Parts: sequence; structure tokens; C-alpha cells
Amino acid sequence: MRIKIIIFFTMLNFNILNAENFSVDSNKIFKNLRCLICQGQSVADSNSEFAQIIKLVVKDQINDGKSEKEIYDFLIEKYGEWIVYKPPLNKVNFALWLLPYLVFITGGAIIFLRFKKRNNR
Amino acid sequence: MQKKIIKLSIILLIIFIIGVFFIGLNKNSIYDTKGLVGQKITEIKLDHFSKNKIITAKDLSKNNFTLINFWASWCSPCRDEHPILVELNKEKNLKLLGVNVKDKKNNALEFLKDFGDPYDDLARDEFGKHSVNFGIYGIPESILINQDLIIIKKFIGPISKNDYNYIKDTVRKQ
Repeated sequence: MRIKIIIFFTMLNFNILNAENFSVDSNKIFKNLRCLICQGQSVADSNSEFAQIIKLVVKDQINDGKSEKEIYDFLIEKYGEWIVYKPPLNKVNFALWLLPYLVFITGGAIIFLRFKKRNNR
Repeated sequence: MQKKIIKLSIILLIIFIIGVFFIGLNKNSIYDTKGLVGQKITEIKLDHFSKNKIITAKDLSKNNFTLINFWASWCSPCRDEHPILVELNKEKNLKLLGVNVKDKKNNALEFLKDFGDPYDDLARDEFGKHSVNFGIYGIPESILINQDLIIIKKFIGPISKNDYNYIKDTVRKQ
């Protein structure tokens, strides 16, 4: 009996964790979408006609079971990459994505070499 | 040797940063429709304004050219472009599909009664959700497509006299 209870709660816990992983947060998507007719506002911040329509479309797509990526892909196809604040990695912005890592690695290498040199003295 | 490596890394990093800024600042950050031209419209499912029917891609592929016009009775620039649409209705190779967006049915009908009905077919987008499939972000906007449903041009804002000439020339070339 005890084993059955443990299995039941383990399964329940696993299902809850899975549900959390697969649920799509509409607010997170709204915040990452640019309101194309507003100045410097996201869809989440705006009450314009455009933002209201996009909110409805995103909610519909979430209800249809679309993933966050699929929703972004759909909107990028219709409005271009400009609609998302965090653009996906591609050929054009590859350098921009790489830059922080490159600075981090180069900085780390410089510090390491300096320390090594100091220790050798 | 180590100093040389550090110097070279710093120089390369500076060149890289300048390069990134150069590409970034040269990129047009304003939304335009260049990306849409040449794209095929695949998902067309519009509710007919008065009939219990859905307008699909199949309906539009029967026409040589279709001008899909997104409008509403509450939109004042739509009144400015309306006489041009009435003129365009005379073109043989062109069919006009009006999409009435976020509007009251009665107001839309009154608008067409007052200013004329240029549309060969009229659809209704009650909540504006279908217009997202066409990359619409304001009203009025129009899209000229050919028989293969490929976007030839997108007109943001009311159709001007120049746009009228462009549409006329394009459909007459066929």
C-alpha cells in the first residue's frame, strides 16, 4: 500500500512538473513582442488596436497548442524579425549573439595570463 | 609572446565590435513590407460579409489579380481612398476583395451606400485576427496579389494616385 502511495505521489509530482514545463506564458510572449505602431512599447504595455489584436492571436495560438517558438515564427513570417525584441539566432545577427561570449572568454584569458605571469615572477 | 597575443586579441576584439556596430547601425530598424513582397499567401479563411460562406485561397486563385483592401467605416483615411477603389473596380483583370475590420455591420453597409461599393467580394474580420495572416498592422492597408496568390505589392495607408497608376499598369500588362 505504502509503495502504491509513493508511486501515486511521484507520478502526480512528475505530471505537475511536466505541465509547468509545457505551459506557455502569454505575458512573457507579449513582453517580447514589439508594438509596431507605438513608440518604444511592447505589446504587453500597449492598448493600441494592433496590440489588442496580437494579444488575441497569441492567446488563440496558445489555446491551439502552439509552442512559444511556433508563435514567434508565425509572427516573424508576417511582420519580420522587427516584431520580436529578442531576435532568433541567424546569419545576420550571429556576430551580435557571439559578442558577449567572445568578450567573456577573451577577458578571462587576459586575466588568466596576467595571473600566470605574476605567479611566475 | 604573451604580450603579442594579448595585443592581437584586443585589436581583433575592437575590429569585431566595430564590425558588429557597423552591421547593426546599417540595418533598417523600421518595419517595412519588403519581406512580404514575393511571399505566397497560404492561409486565407475569411468570413463572407453577408453570406454564410468562407472565402478561401481557391476563390482568389480564380482571379488574374486581386486587390485585398482592409477597411472600416470608422477609419477616415478609408474615405479618402474610396473613390480610387471605385475607379479600380472598372479594371477587367482586377477583382477587389474588401475586408471589413472591427466594424459594425450596419455602419459598414451605410458607408458603402454613401460612398459606393467597389468590392467584388466582401469579407468580415470582426476581431481583426484574420488580418494578422496578411501582415496588417493598421487600416487602411491593401495587398495586390496575382493568380498564384503571390504578393506583388503591399500598400500601407490609403491608396494614392501613384498607387492607383501602379496597380492599373500592373494589371493591364497581363
